[in-house]
Amino acid sequence: MKKIEVLGSGCNNCIRLEKNAREAAAAVGIEAEITKVTDYAEIMAYGIMSTPGLVIDGTVVSYGRVPSAGDIAVWLSE
Amino acid sequence: MTSVSITAVRRLPTWPTAAVAAVAWLIAWFINLPAANWAAYDLLGLQQGSHLGDAVAFFLLDVPKVLLLLTGIVTLVSFLRSFVSPERVRRALAGRGVLPGTMAAAGFGIVTPFCSCSAVPLFIGFVEAGVPLGVTFAFLVASPMVNEVALVLLWGLFGPGVALLYMGAGLTVAVLSGLLIGRLGLERYVEDYVWKIHAGAGAIEIRPTLGDRVRDAWRSTVDIVRRVLPFVVAGIAVGALIHGFVPTDLVVSVGGRGNPLAVPALVGLGVPLYSNAAGTIPIVEALIGKGLPLGSALAFMMAVTALSVPELVILRRVMKPRLIAVFVAVVGAGILLVGYGFNAFIA
Repeated sequence: MKKIEVLGSGCNNCIRLEKNAREAAAAVGIEAEITKVTDYAEIMAYGIMSTPGLVIDGTVVSYGRVPSAGDIAVWLSE
Repeated sequence: MTSVSITAVRRLPTWPTAAVAAVAWLIAWFINLPAANWAAYDLLGLQQGSHLGDAVAFFLLDVPKVLLLLTGIVTLVSFLRSFVSPERVRRALAGRGVLPGTMAAAGFGIVTPFCSCSAVPLFIGFVEAGVPLGVTFAFLVASPMVNEVALVLLWGLFGPGVALLYMGAGLTVAVLSGLLIGRLGLERYVEDYVWKIHAGAGAIEIRPTLGDRVRDAWRSTVDIVRRVLPFVVAGIAVGALIHGFVPTDLVVSVGGRGNPLAVPALVGLGVPLYSNAAGTIPIVEALIGKGLPLGSALAFMMAVTALSVPELVILRRVMKPRLIAVFVAVVGAGILLVGYGFNAFIA
């Protein structure tokens, strides 16, 4: 069970990122809980300024870009 | 192993694909003009110089031209600016003097990836790192005002002169707004919670590979182009009608220097057109062709990109209404100044 968080206020890029994360989890075949973090104080607590950000099990793996489902799949299977 | 297979299936080889795309782009760019003329005057048999013929030729020339400019150069710009992250900019700005800091912030504002949805984390991040309020504002003004899509289209349609004037004027407004807002001591109008946020220790710097940057740039270009396409085509259609049918006298008498209200009226018209920079430029192109003065055109463009209601709504989450009002007033005054200034000094 992986915990995936998508950091961002809900703009277009955040939606694309969430979609990619879902696709990646499905492709790798692991169970993942995907949550959206929209509260700015919480986003800032991860120490990033450029959204969208992607956090897997508490670790920031990407920010300021929308990684592809393929990239996310690699991170998920690590 | 599934992960490896999905990445492999989805990806074309990055570099050969990029090279083929670049060559195709260049060929399309050079055959655009003869192809449009051929289609309008030979294929459709329209009369050269007639109202309809000119309008159709304008449309057929501009749609591929604007699309080529958008896809080609936005990809390039997105790629280049992936190297200038806000995290880096913040490090470069913290602890600088007011004037050099403000000027650097305005300059970074042009190149830094920024969409209105990251305005808030950016603002908090800057303020939290001790970047002065005025410097932060110089960045917030320059970033949307010198819009890269607008810059690229102005360059492609009017040449480097107009594009550089637009950029210079935008930078000047951003620097002056930053200096002024810094002077006014408005810190108490920033929402109180902003000062209390403690950002986590700067996340480890993640550097995407070169291939990642190219693919990201392409994907975000596709996203941008898809979003603005209907506005661009509509804008070009309106531009084509103006080009073919609106008499020059009308544009000059309503929008010309003789009408002192033309600049504020155009600014007022530009505000609700936010985020449609790409669609408004073909209209501006046609209007300039019909004698609209350059200052009025630049003021209009700037109002479209720099002042947008959705962005103000987002900024309201970190700024009290007083500060928002000052922001709008200062930027609006700057835009009017650019309009009147260019109209007065550039023939």
